Amino acid sequence: MKTFAESNFPGRLIAVEGLDGSGKSTQIYLLKRWLEAEGIKVYFSEWNSSELVKSATSKGKKRELLTPTTFSLIHATDFADRYERHLMPLLRAGYIVLCDRYIFTAFARDVTRGCPPDWVRGNYSFACAPDLTMFFKADLEVSLNRILEGRPKLKFFEAGMDLRLSTDPYESFKIFQGRILEQYMAMSKEFHFVTMDANENVETQQVIVRKLVSEKIDLKKFKRRSPLPLPPSLRDDHADHEKEEDKAA
Amino acid sequence: MKKTHQFYGHGIPRVKAADLGGKLIVIEGADGSGRSTQIADLVNWLETSGRPTVQVGLKRSTLVSEELEQAQDGNVLSRTTLSLFYATDFADQLENIILPALKAGFIVLADRYIYTLMARDMVRGMDEAWLKNLYGIAPVPDAVFYLSVEPEELVQRNLSKNATLDYWESGMDLGLSRDVFDSFLKYQGAMQNAFKTLQKTYGFDIVDANRSVNSVTKELRKKIGALLEEK
Repeated sequence: MKTFAESNFPGRLIAVEGLDGSGKSTQIYLLKRWLEAEGIKVYFSEWNSSELVKSATSKGKKRELLTPTTFSLIHATDFADRYERHLMPLLRAGYIVLCDRYIFTAFARDVTRGCPPDWVRGNYSFACAPDLTMFFKADLEVSLNRILEGRPKLKFFEAGMDLRLSTDPYESFKIFQGRILEQYMAMSKEFHFVTMDANENVETQQVIVRKLVSEKIDLKKFKRRSPLPLPPSLRDDHADHEKEEDKAA
Repeated sequence: MKKTHQFYGHGIPRVKAADLGGKLIVIEGADGSGRSTQIADLVNWLETSGRPTVQVGLKRSTLVSEELEQAQDGNVLSRTTLSLFYATDFADQLENIILPALKAGFIVLADRYIYTLMARDMVRGMDEAWLKNLYGIAPVPDAVFYLSVEPEELVQRNLSKNATLDYWESGMDLGLSRDVFDSFLKYQGAMQNAFKTLQKTYGFDIVDANRSVNSVTKELRKKIGALLEEK
């Protein structure tokens, strides 16, 4: 599996992976803010898919129509949509794309549900590997507490209820997350995950994240050629101001 | 000895091929090849002879058929996405209809199967190995009949039926020609070549469907009859 750099894309892709509640979203958000401030062409890919695919996915989930196979395929469809319509053009245009979760989420989740690993990986083989994958590893208890603290209403598939691990959604969620963590650990080496200690405090982690990124990617190559143009309203004010000066002269 | 079923690849989690009885019979062919007519006849024939029969086809799943239809109308999805969307549609029918019916010993008549999906994608430049892995979930049918009709004849049949050529059946998304008539001929020719390539791997029975409906019906009934005799 080649990375975007190895496949001669001008852009680079950075992915964060980890369990819900591992703090990965906070870290990638702070990374984005830093890169923006540095004047770098950066795009944060939110997992928004086309309305069409989304409509099918949510119908499947609401009516509990999904089996491990269709769950896997409909998420692969969703990913392909984002990949082809969004990520590819950005990466060809030389952006640094930040992904909160990438194909490894599917690998961990679908294999936990019983899909054969080769089959799942094969289905996603149209996608290049990230140029950097940071895996946020927190103690299972810590992640679970962060999510379950507020006693949120867990959705059927989110809690892994389709696996019949327990009739209690909270209990089921715990076992399910534990198994997903095992899957992540098992593929960590194969896909060159950089493991982050997600039990550390947020600031310390961010320092490491920024260091890793600047070591891995030559950031100055990704600067915007010129500063972003000013918004129209400001430009107009400026022009008016100049005119007045002209009159005065 | 009773023949058991097999999957092309990994199959479906927690489903044993050995539990599948019945017969899976596939009719493949382009629009205008006489597929629907032949299937209607076969269902009638099988049911009146006392054999429980179930039908499946493309874009008929509860899960995604509606969305798939909309996606095609708008031509909004790119090729990998559309391909996986179709695979989802197939998998949903596989698990909810085909596999339970085979477990119960029914005859399943499939109005097109993974081969059409694969051929369409191959014509659009998708990797054959990727498709093979994807459709490793499919059981190997007991028989596959490809109703082969020359593109020139297909044009005539489609026009006499609908007075127009369908956008997708003409492969208009491929930009082969701006002229729908030209595009249809080129696309159907390419599809036939893709089927020939697949035939080498999957070995299906090519039926000359340039002939009259009756002679095709006779051939299909004869072959399927023989298949049902063997136990």
